[in-house]
Amino acid sequence: MLLDRLRARAQVLSALRAFLDADCFIEVETPLAVPSPGLDVHLAALEVSGLGAPRWLATSPEYQMKRLLCLGLPRIYQISRCFRRGELGRHHEPEFTMLELYRAEAGSEELMRDTEGLVEAAARRVLGGTILPSGTDVAAPWARLTVDDAFREHAGVDVHDVLPDETRFFELLIDKVEPALEAMRAPVFLTRWPRAMASLARLCPDDARWADRFEAYVDGLELCNGFGELTDPVEQRARFAHDQAARREAGLDVYPVDERFLEALEQGMPESGGNAIGVDRVVMAITGAAHIEEVVAFPQSRL
Amino acid sequence: MMYDTSDIRKNLKVVIDGYPYAVVDHQFVKPGKGQAFTRTKLKNMMTGAVLERTFKSGEKLEKADMEERQMQYLYPEGDAWVFMDTTSYEQIQLQRELLGDTPDYLQDGMMVDVLFWSNKPIGVTPPTFVELEVIETEPGYKGDTTSNVGKPATLSTGKVISVPLFVNQNDLLKIDTRTGEYVERVKK
Repeated sequence: MLLDRLRARAQVLSALRAFLDADCFIEVETPLAVPSPGLDVHLAALEVSGLGAPRWLATSPEYQMKRLLCLGLPRIYQISRCFRRGELGRHHEPEFTMLELYRAEAGSEELMRDTEGLVEAAARRVLGGTILPSGTDVAAPWARLTVDDAFREHAGVDVHDVLPDETRFFELLIDKVEPALEAMRAPVFLTRWPRAMASLARLCPDDARWADRFEAYVDGLELCNGFGELTDPVEQRARFAHDQAARREAGLDVYPVDERFLEALEQGMPESGGNAIGVDRVVMAITGAAHIEEVVAFPQSRL
Repeated sequence: MMYDTSDIRKNLKVVIDGYPYAVVDHQFVKPGKGQAFTRTKLKNMMTGAVLERTFKSGEKLEKADMEERQMQYLYPEGDAWVFMDTTSYEQIQLQRELLGDTPDYLQDGMMVDVLFWSNKPIGVTPPTFVELEVIETEPGYKGDTTSNVGKPATLSTGKVISVPLFVNQNDLLKIDTRTGEYVERVKK
């Protein structure tokens, strides 16, 4: 069973690359050990010593890939390992595989279409069709549902009434919204996240209460997290300062700001969309695996 | 002593709402770039009731101070059952409702594991296998030693189990207390 899943995994990797290569994306490689591992309050990084400067294993390759966008590569992707301390469970390994892609002169709608196409292509390669073992059909196009509508429909609340309490927001997300998305038995993008959860996304041009961010759910499994990217260096610096303060206040490690990333934004970043797709989870969905350990050769428990 | 959510694992004993619970199942949940939670299924160690509870990452849980001691079963006394520590001769009583199906297997003088929570006895685990005498069953059929067909037999504790047809009254049977099932006939 594991060997079958590893064969499917290889087919998924190959199909993802073929899809992007055919669309003029180029594959890039950026360092795994980086000077800033990402400042998001809910991520913890693993420190690396011996490189002559403070380094952490990347929680995502975002900063360096955006520098490549700024340097003039308009369509890039990378399949690399990301590391997140303390994340271990049915859908999490502390070391996992991410497909990160960026497309210039594009926004989240184009990136959602890329995502549908990628997962559909991977499913076709492994299964010869678009129907997953669960019965869910991943043929494009997928449904779009705003966070606002999802909370109204499935949690019976107005997000803005809940939001000052972020813990409550995430409790409702995992207890009410995610199970409802799973029950849909159809892939869906959850779009337009509250601005407090913008991370590195721009705010929606038509309504600044929302961030231009999306996540894809297939059978309740979250497959990706994508943005219409924030390109404003001043706003980006302010968010970093805010995240650092929040980390300090929460008693978490406060990682440095990646100044070279901010310099690149100052030089000018094209309007872009970006997406990070959890490759292990794509393999899980396509092979019908219930646990991430079923699609990884050597998870922590077998290492 | 407190646990952290990262300590949660199967069988961890914690106090919730004033009761001791054992973790039956647990699951790490973390929405994208969001807060992490641990979903748990917990079993109340006094009532057996199962509870589902979600904890925020980093949330503290009170450790349940559990201890298991080998004690000897002495006799029933009203609604309680009396056990004795064979080293200190200390005697304790356990109310019937805390014993579950253990009385089905208890025999005078039997050594059992008594579970204490904060020094209060809350439960008893009998040995995995016990030997009990059949006090009533229909006469056995001599030749039949292989058939899967069973018949009821009443044991000395009053418990009724299904036994093979060859079993006779006054036979001594080995019983698995985890399942309550017949294992084999033993020589007296």
